[in-house]
Amino acid sequence: MELVMAGFDKVVNSYAEAMAGLQDNMTVLAGGFGLCGIPEGLITQMKLMQTKGLTIVSNNCGVDGFGLGILLEDKQIKKMISSYVGENALFEQQLLNGELEVELTPQGTLAEKMRAGGAGIPAFYTATGYGTPVGEGKESREFNGRPYILEESITGDFAIIKAYKADRYGNCIYRHTAQNFNPMAATAGKITVVEVEHIVEPGELEPSQIHTPGIYVDRVIQGSFEKRIERKVVAK
Amino acid sequence: MALSREQIAMRVAQEFQDGDYVNLGIGIPTLAANYVPADIQVMLQSENGLLGMGPNPTEEQLDADMINAGKETVTAVTGASIFNSAESFAMIRGGHVDFTVLGAFEVDVSGNIASWMIPNKLIKGMGGAMDLVAGAKNIIVTMTHADKHGNSKLLQQCTLPLTGVNCITRIITDLAVLEVKNQAFYLSERAPGVSVEEIQAKTAGELVVPEHVPEMQF
Repeated sequence: MELVMAGFDKVVNSYAEAMAGLQDNMTVLAGGFGLCGIPEGLITQMKLMQTKGLTIVSNNCGVDGFGLGILLEDKQIKKMISSYVGENALFEQQLLNGELEVELTPQGTLAEKMRAGGAGIPAFYTATGYGTPVGEGKESREFNGRPYILEESITGDFAIIKAYKADRYGNCIYRHTAQNFNPMAATAGKITVVEVEHIVEPGELEPSQIHTPGIYVDRVIQGSFEKRIERKVVAK
Repeated sequence: MALSREQIAMRVAQEFQDGDYVNLGIGIPTLAANYVPADIQVMLQSENGLLGMGPNPTEEQLDADMINAGKETVTAVTGASIFNSAESFAMIRGGHVDFTVLGAFEVDVSGNIASWMIPNKLIKGMGGAMDLVAGAKNIIVTMTHADKHGNSKLLQQCTLPLTGVNCITRIITDLAVLEVKNQAFYLSERAPGVSVEEIQAKTAGELVVPEHVPEMQF
């Protein structure tokens, strides 16, 4: 077996180590779609740390008692940037009380904001949202006779990611539709932490099949997952 | 008789052509997948990152990592592909999806659609709807012609916050099939047994009625 190059070994051995440096008022990008492909253990660690005033960028905010929803229990989240929320009663309550701010963002714009953020592109034009409340107050411009709005990209202090497999160098592979927002979020965090089902040795993953190259990843932790299903529907 | 939800879905499915890539919204649009004609194939796109969505799984096939945009467990058909959210919306926003079918609260004669937000009620978000209406080549709106109080949903101008502007070209309701063009709704088909007068009475926006309006065929 080849030696693992220590400088590239991203594996950490505790959740405390994985989330070290997380502070109040930081912005955290979270992968996942509903409860599919969410870094369960990293979210639990954020709850344990009791970090407050967080801005969370994630397509959804979990459900009551699971996923990002558990960060609502102690009012750790100041602001959510999401495309679809309100699957949880606590969320609704804090929103109506004015304890929680929500910036609703079209799903494709949200994905592109993170992709662009990770790629060093500060803003981009899109037709999505033009003429709607989303476009209000934003610069608009016509290209080829069609109006577009200018959307600014997003980066985060942390990105928390769930992958299926990662090697010690942080190269990641996702499984099925648990991929979703994870690859974009992974590129846009100053510190990107990946919680995985399986850690493997470098060389075990086929290089051309890697979804997230290790250059984006700072820490890898072996996770354990409940993988709860939000809407179980089986064939009749 | 006004069409049932299933009948609206059946009429929607008649629009599909062999080889179409189709994104179906939640509700009536999703039902259309059950009525794809046997002699054609369409590939269903689910915006969470699945092209080639199959039916719901059996208990044995159940997999927490396989869901659709409605967060329901699904399977993938042979020849499917799975990808990230940016790739998924590149397909949608780049105009690669042939057909989008989605529901709405209101549509107007300019082709504007309102489908995601009722002021002073809880707002859950637009999800992928704004991207879909801005990007798809053909968009069909399915909805009831009027709300439960009898108020028309086909308006001269939408009253609710918009999901997209100048993007809707075809509407299939429980009463009729209509095209949206030249600042008017053009009545092209009526549900079996539904009179032109009833459709006129329930269409608030400018309605153009040709001399002969055929009944939908099932």
